[in-house]
Amino acid sequence: MKKTNVTNTNIGRRSFLQVTALAGGGLMLGLYPKIAVAQGPPQAALNPTDFIRIAPNGIVTLTSRNTEIGQNIYNTLAMLIAEELDVDWKDVRLVRPDAHPKYGNQFTGGSSGTPGNWDAMRQVGAAGRQMFIAAAAQTWGVAVAECTTASGRVMHTASNRSASYGELAAKAVTMPVPELRSVKLKDAKDYKIIGTSTISADTKDILTGKPIFGIDVTVPGMLYAVMQRTPVLGGKAVSANLDAIKAMKGVKHAFIIEGRPLASDYPNYLFQDPGFESGVAIVADSWWAAQSAREKLEVKWDAGKWGTQDSAENAKKAVELSKQAAMRTLRKDGDVDPVFSRASVPNDGIKTVEANYTIPFIAHGTMEPQNCTAHFKDGKLEVWSTSQIPQPGRTATAQLLGLKESDVTVHMVRGGGGFGRRAYNDIMLDAAWISKQINAPVKLLWSREDDMQHDYYRCGGFQFMKGAVDKDGKLVAWHDHFVAYGEGNNFAHDGGFQPGEFPARFVPNYRVQSSVMGLGLKTGALRAPYSNSTAWVIQSFLDELAHAAGKDPLQFRLDLLAGTPLPLGQREQGLNAERMTGVLKLVAEKSGWGQRKLPKGKAQGVAFHFSHRGYFAEVAEVTVLANKKIKVNKVWVAADVGSHIINPSSAETQVQGAVIDGLSEMMQEITLKNGAVVQSNYHQHPWLKMSQAPPIEVHFLKTNNPPTGMGEPALPPILPAVCNAIFTATGERIRTLPITKQGFSFA
Amino acid sequence: MIKLKVNGNNQQFDGDPEMPLLWYLRDEIDLKGTKFGCGMGLCGACTVHINGQPMRSCSTPMSAAANKAVTTIEGLSADGTHPVQVVWQELDVPQCGYCQAGQIMSACALLAKTPKPTDAQIDSAMNGNLCRCGTYLRIRAAIHKAAEMTASNKAAKPATKASRVGASLLPNKK
Ligand code: FES
Ligand code: FES
Repeated sequence: MKKTNVTNTNIGRRSFLQVTALAGGGLMLGLYPKIAVAQGPPQAALNPTDFIRIAPNGIVTLTSRNTEIGQNIYNTLAMLIAEELDVDWKDVRLVRPDAHPKYGNQFTGGSSGTPGNWDAMRQVGAAGRQMFIAAAAQTWGVAVAECTTASGRVMHTASNRSASYGELAAKAVTMPVPELRSVKLKDAKDYKIIGTSTISADTKDILTGKPIFGIDVTVPGMLYAVMQRTPVLGGKAVSANLDAIKAMKGVKHAFIIEGRPLASDYPNYLFQDPGFESGVAIVADSWWAAQSAREKLEVKWDAGKWGTQDSAENAKKAVELSKQAAMRTLRKDGDVDPVFSRASVPNDGIKTVEANYTIPFIAHGTMEPQNCTAHFKDGKLEVWSTSQIPQPGRTATAQLLGLKESDVTVHMVRGGGGFGRRAYNDIMLDAAWISKQINAPVKLLWSREDDMQHDYYRCGGFQFMKGAVDKDGKLVAWHDHFVAYGEGNNFAHDGGFQPGEFPARFVPNYRVQSSVMGLGLKTGALRAPYSNSTAWVIQSFLDELAHAAGKDPLQFRLDLLAGTPLPLGQREQGLNAERMTGVLKLVAEKSGWGQRKLPKGKAQGVAFHFSHRGYFAEVAEVTVLANKKIKVNKVWVAADVGSHIINPSSAETQVQGAVIDGLSEMMQEITLKNGAVVQSNYHQHPWLKMSQAPPIEVHFLKTNNPPTGMGEPALPPILPAVCNAIFTATGERIRTLPITKQGFSFA
Repeated sequence: MIKLKVNGNNQQFDGDPEMPLLWYLRDEIDLKGTKFGCGMGLCGACTVHINGQPMRSCSTPMSAAANKAVTTIEGLSADGTHPVQVVWQELDVPQCGYCQAGQIMSACALLAKTPKPTDAQIDSAMNGNLCRCGTYLRIRAAIHKAAEMTASNKAAKPATKASRVGASLLPNKK
């Protein structure tokens, strides 16, 4: 595998190629199934001028429109343009745009970067190429069809003429603009860039410590801010010892932020982020001075209606609700109750299993804590942000400050990890507000404690499961009463259930119901939202039923997938059994499933999950040591994300990172006491250490489907795969996370 | 007045001696390569060398840096040609990249002391450096590779840039 390298560049605003056209624009994949597909910023007309610039010396500058948070989308989008433009990767330089509707969808999340750009960015590149050909053909007086391109040049072989894109640019601008949807795209066998491993244009800057992250932004005259937000959602800062704080060394300003009403009034936090909670801002001439002053800060809070919330109480409430009739039925096939009642019939052969699974809240903990730099001046606002949804951030900020959107500029900056946390613009609102109050540029930087205690958490929940297998070991009934958090009939953001979720459609008697209890905590998208908890429950319980049926857990799954699926309901999402069978068989082969006799205490576990359009099956091999210490020896991943792996090196590392992330989630929990988050830093909400990271083999099964995203779908199966292996090794089933609740830990 | 050396340059500081070295580096002398992750010595993002030893700058007050020589990621090489930086690039280690300055500083300190570390030695030297993105497998491979490269460079072969950058070492996928 050959890797190539490009660098970042800042070039002037001069455009060498100007074309206008309409493109399909972005496609929005569900960050969570409830709002799937339909939502997202309105699609805009794309102008390739905003994406392609060619200098006379042949240097090609491409604009990569999404937010880079470690997934190498920065390169990916440029690779798609460069491929169809037919230029050499070595001549490509990358730039980041500002957040602006002219770039179409700049949404970074839901593993939508690849599927949402696969057509659009290739079309932008191909349209540019056609215009260079047209310019050359006209200059030489030859037919367009006789011209070819390679390495940023147009050639006319018959007359032995050629010209570089740089030479042709001035003329190309005047050529008619092809309709983007109809431009001819390359045959995949001719790809030179797609399918090669390219190293991020930022890598050299990362390795030499250049100031490229949000936290590194500096503006002349900038002050530094910290903010003590209300510890309880919906609480208010009533008063504080502001005069004492202002008297402290280096402190310039200290004031109360009133904030807005309780956020739970807003059912959809994603695109209409209510943000802007109450708290106290301290602004100083250094971050350390502001943070030190905070130690002396005394605030009188009005905790509001959630001030007594407690995780232990919530768990009790969930058990009570599980004993009552469910509030809603999300999907029903056949009838589970008659099947369950047959369990008491002698010799009928029906076996039932009941199990309660508990899902904790967890935090994002991006390595770079949330921060934003804002500069309000003369009625205009400039912002430097790592937001995953910068355009809605711009809109929300303009609204909050009472500005025209055109007076707000949002510069996109590389983020030190995102995982969904930066899909919320709360920090942008706070920074903008503070800058306006003090009328000076300011960097608002959260401490780790702020970050961990004011997150949009992966939502917790409780699943009360019951299933039945018949005398042939066939899964014949599946019931799930999901006791979730939310309000009224609504699930908390990303805390719901997707009724088409496997094994729905593959079990003749199937019922998923839900009940909802109140929550005073912001929840949101965390890497493979919803899937990261649901897959654990479903694939663990499936394993319980396989064991009850006396079947090999992998074969049990293959048998299930071999059935004829019932139809999906409206707006339901479901997997394609053939594709899932493909990866399941591949992972069985690669892991040597069932081929080796493992000693006592050592076992393999399997799980699969479909999310974000990707098919992932994973096998984990674990050894359970004394004192319930778990060593994950190795993980095998088989994935089907379509016909092309655009950047193999990045794809592999995304999968490995997702697996390690999933293992980390097995150790994590956010709890509430007196309405506030208890955990404050990495010691109480850990991530896997190097010594705990297993080797992870990644295998891609290429199928004839459009390429889809890599950021998320590798995560969900790893938790159940490991828990299933632990069961086989020990006979103990993990039904509550984190695993420490049942006395387990990673060695 | 605290005197110290940062990346070979003499510096003076007369502010709060309790201020962590991290904030001095980042905000007083504008060396932004050293990162803030936890502020409690839990993540290693802020790792620098103090008199050659890897230290967490978030938990090192300025008073403890007095009369010491501090090296940050910016001081490793002027242009990213330190062998560890070269290998990190070759193996495409970073994801978000935020932890990587700290990882590299810890790795360099390890290799200086233990030129050919075993996996267990790598684990124990690197376990305080969290990578939220999970780049551990490549970090481990990169440390081994850097060790090999340094060893073979020492073994007389003139270290031309071409031979060092060499063939791809990405995990070998079919
Ligand atoms: S910031 Fe110093 S160890 Fe985390
Ligand atoms: S590369 Fe993102 S934290 Fe390590």
